[in-house]
Amino acid sequence: MSIHKYLRERFFPHIWCAGCGHGTVLNGLIRAIESLGLSRNEIVMVSGIGCSSRITGYLDFHTLHTLHGRALAFATGIKLSKPELNVIVPMGDGDALAIGGNHFIHAARRNIAMTALVMNNRIYGMTGGQFSPLSGCGMTATTAPYANIDPDFDVAALATAAGASFVARTTTFHVKEMIDLIRQAILHDGFSVVEILSQCPTYFGRKNKMGGAVEMLNWYKERTTPLGSKAKQNDPSLIERGIFMQVDKPEYCSQYEKILQKAQSANSQTKE
Amino acid sequence: MSKPKLKALTINRPWCKGCGICVAFCPAKVLELDHEEKAVAVRIEDCIACSLCALRCPDLAIEVEIAPEDNEIAPPAQKRILIQNRGGSRS
Repeated sequence: MSIHKYLRERFFPHIWCAGCGHGTVLNGLIRAIESLGLSRNEIVMVSGIGCSSRITGYLDFHTLHTLHGRALAFATGIKLSKPELNVIVPMGDGDALAIGGNHFIHAARRNIAMTALVMNNRIYGMTGGQFSPLSGCGMTATTAPYANIDPDFDVAALATAAGASFVARTTTFHVKEMIDLIRQAILHDGFSVVEILSQCPTYFGRKNKMGGAVEMLNWYKERTTPLGSKAKQNDPSLIERGIFMQVDKPEYCSQYEKILQKAQSANSQTKE
Repeated sequence: MSKPKLKALTINRPWCKGCGICVAFCPAKVLELDHEEKAVAVRIEDCIACSLCALRCPDLAIEVEIAPEDNEIAPPAQKRILIQNRGGSRS
C-alpha cells in the first residue's frame, strides 16, 4: 500500500513496546503526509533522544537523529539554509520541554516554519520510567514511588504564550483528528505545535495502575473533550482537544530573507 | 454516498505485537487475538471497512483496502479531511 513507501521496512517490526502510542503517531503522520501528496525529498525529520525520537529511523525522508532536546536547534539551521523544505520535529515530552525547553520556547518565539510534534507519554520510557515535566502531581514513576509533587506544563498554553502561531492537541485514540491536525500543522506557515497524548503502557500505565494500552486509550476517550464543549463546563478536569491557536504572523525565514536583501542593497550602494 | 466496501484486510503477522487495540476498538467486532497473541480477522464478513484498526495499529501491521466503486474511490474519512482542508490555515 501507498503508506509503505514512506517506511524503512528493513527496520520493522519497530522497537516500541506492544501498545505504545508512538507507533500510532508514526501511523498517523505518514497518512497525513500521504494525503498532502508530499514527496520524500521535500521532507526533513529531525529528532532528539528518547523513545519518541526513534521515529526518524523508521521513515524514509531526509532524517537526522540528533542530541537530546536539541532537535529544534538543528531543525532551525536546516530551515534557515533551505526554507523550501518541510521540516518536521517529533519530540517526546521530556525531550521537548525539559532538556529542550529553552529551544522549544525560542523556536516558538521566532515563529520559524516547522512542525513540532510533542509525543506526550508523561514519562521517560527509554531510561526506565522517570517522571517528566508532563507527568503531573500525584502520579507515580520509578523516581517518584510515593507520588510526584512537580506540577506539569500545559503544552498548549506554554506554546501559545511563547509565540507559536499554530497550537493543537489530540490523542492516539482520536486518530482521524490526529491525521487532520498534523496535516493542518504541516500546511501552516509558521511554528506549529501538535501535542499528541500517547500511551506508555510499559511505564506510565503500569506505575499508575491505568491498565494496558486499551484501558489507556479508553482513558483518552473518556477524559478528553473537544475544545469549548459543554462537557468541559460540567467537568473542568477534562483535557481539551482541538486547535488552540491559529494566526498568521511574520515567519522567521521570510523576515530573514528581507534583512538579507536590505543588507545586500545597502552594501551595493556603498560600493557605488 | 454509498458505504465503503472492503476489498482486502491484511495483517502482517511478524509486525503484530498483540496489543489488542484493534480487537478492542473494532466497531463490528471483526478481530480477535489468536493463540500466538496475533490479531486475526475472525468475522471478516461483518467488516464495515472503516479502517480504524489500520489507523490505530501502533505496529502498522494492518492494511485495509477499499473496493473502488463507480467513480467513488476515496473512502469517507479521506473525503472529509480534503473538504476540511479547503477552508484550512493556508489557502
